[in-house]
Amino acid sequence: MEIKLQSLTKVFVAKDKKETVAVNNMDITIPSGKLIGLLGPSGCGKSTTLYMIAGLLEPTAGKIYFGDEDVTNTPPELRGIGLVFQNYALYPHMTVAQNIMFPLENIKVPKAEALERAQEMADLVGIGELMNRKPKELSGGQQQRVAIARALVKKPRVLLLDEPLSNLDARLRLQTREEIKRIQRETGITTIFVTHDQEEAMSISDEIVLMEAGIKQQVGVPQDVYDQPDNLFVAKFLGTPPINTFAGKLEAGKIMLAGHNIGKVESKTNQEVLIGIRPEGFNVVEKSKLSLPIYMVETIGRDTALIIKDPNDEAKTFRAIVDSSHRIKPGDTVNFAIKPDKLYVFNKDTGELVK
Amino acid sequence: MIESKNNLKAWLYLAPALILLGLFTFYPLFNAFFLAFVKDFNSITRSTHGMDGYAFVLFDNFSRVFKSPDFGQAVKNTAVIMLVSVPASIITALVISVALNSIKRFQGFLQTVFFLPYVTNSIAIGMTFAFIFHSDYGLVNMFLGWFGVNPITWVGPGASWEAGMTALLIYTVWGGLAFKILVFLSGLQSIDKQYYDAAKIDATPRGRVFSKITVPLLSPMIAYITITSFIGAAKAYSTIIGMFGASLGPEGNANAFITFVGLIYDALEKGTIGAYSVAASAAIVLFLFTFMFTLINMWVSKKRVHY
Repeated sequence: MEIKLQSLTKVFVAKDKKETVAVNNMDITIPSGKLIGLLGPSGCGKSTTLYMIAGLLEPTAGKIYFGDEDVTNTPPELRGIGLVFQNYALYPHMTVAQNIMFPLENIKVPKAEALERAQEMADLVGIGELMNRKPKELSGGQQQRVAIARALVKKPRVLLLDEPLSNLDARLRLQTREEIKRIQRETGITTIFVTHDQEEAMSISDEIVLMEAGIKQQVGVPQDVYDQPDNLFVAKFLGTPPINTFAGKLEAGKIMLAGHNIGKVESKTNQEVLIGIRPEGFNVVEKSKLSLPIYMVETIGRDTALIIKDPNDEAKTFRAIVDSSHRIKPGDTVNFAIKPDKLYVFNKDTGELVK
Repeated sequence: MIESKNNLKAWLYLAPALILLGLFTFYPLFNAFFLAFVKDFNSITRSTHGMDGYAFVLFDNFSRVFKSPDFGQAVKNTAVIMLVSVPASIITALVISVALNSIKRFQGFLQTVFFLPYVTNSIAIGMTFAFIFHSDYGLVNMFLGWFGVNPITWVGPGASWEAGMTALLIYTVWGGLAFKILVFLSGLQSIDKQYYDAAKIDATPRGRVFSKITVPLLSPMIAYITITSFIGAAKAYSTIIGMFGASLGPEGNANAFITFVGLIYDALEKGTIGAYSVAASAAIVLFLFTFMFTLINMWVSKKRVHY
């Protein structure tokens, strides 16, 4: 089921008539059968978008299409969606089996068939043996799976997950995100999940939608968005450690950092810009003009993080990640070349990428 | 060390409550158990009649309770009040609470309206109800008159037991609503809204949302209200005074609406030799009865209540 959001807007009006634009004119097309991560910092409107797709929130303006069908005014129960809430919302007085069967009983599926389908779903998510337990007798990860099974049992057209991993501990989180990917692959259902964790979104999504302050920033395959950020926000939000930024200049297409030419752009306009270099964008070379003293070295094993003083500002440091084969000590002066595909130039005021 | 050996201060703080409780609750409690077994208690000499000290009997005082001419009527009335008014008021309160909880406008105002009976004197309410049910100019007969029903004598002289009991039950149910609504509303407001969102997405019909989600999640409150209401109904007395006056019945039919507690007061009022012991015995019978009922309630709720 392809989902299309057309100039979707949500404005919340507080009691004192103060308006908050939670989602601002969103246009996205979500391809059918894919796992989509709706990503952004907290308060960016990603959950609001999800709840509008679910039908629990009414858009202020704009349209939502499931395929060719306009569902903007369709009540949630008729949209054919499954929703997994952030804290699962499992009914505490019902067993796992009763929880999963609940949506089927609502539409009067015969008991035997309901039980069979519930068991099938429970097996799919790997909790087939826990059917007679109550939610509070389950771990967070197991509760999560029950919630997914309950959302999937009525065979929805779209599966929506609100911060599915935020209530799990670090180890379970890794395991569960693979689980979500597997379940999505096996069922082939169009799935949208909301997260503020970029690593989580990048690792399992087929495509990510990056939002900030209610505005869509960029949509695409995670690696593409990482490699070709449209603006400074996207560049900063994706990647750990985050991208390094420096004040710099463009001079006749040359990128100048602290008086050194470190690369080039097509734009011939001379202007002050922000230069972004990914931590992995530094090559240690024999000879270059950019030679910087190393302040600290963090050994990770697989690679080495160099903490280097900002050439523009002694008080600030930045981080470069280089191959661990270079044996570098604090105090050494190292010559760097910048990998052109890890180097970005952004407009100083708008943050837009300068090509 | 945080714990102090000298807890004199703590006792001092507790003293006012303890003294009052001791004087007006614990002493009468134990005294009732004592009096129930004293033979021919004289309330003026405070000893067995014609003796300096006490003589004891085992069942004599209890059998006087059971043989009292009003005993059967008191049991019947109390039982009817308990078995009809408690379920009726709980169900009504539940429906009103759910309705109140689902509206947005005037919610605060309506909550206050429904809570008013709780802070109003029950005798005053009883008198108001006596007026509402007045056979000549009462509101109920006026209303029924619109449908061609002849005036019914609800509480006045010559009122039948059925009519009087109906009026009494309506009054009891209404009077008990306020507190129940208060408890249910606070329970409803503590239920996570996400359960209802989840139910909505799963196309749950309204009736099923109520029976499968709201009631189970409210069950601890319902159990609490059920137990306290049964105990309250077993002690019904002031409501009857309010409606029928101290004669506990319509004119010419005194004691028609006597309850178990009425039996106790009746015995006390007579003040004859041994009357206090009869009252004490009746109180103990009532205590054992409510205790049993509470045990049954708790046993049932253990199976049905989800905490």
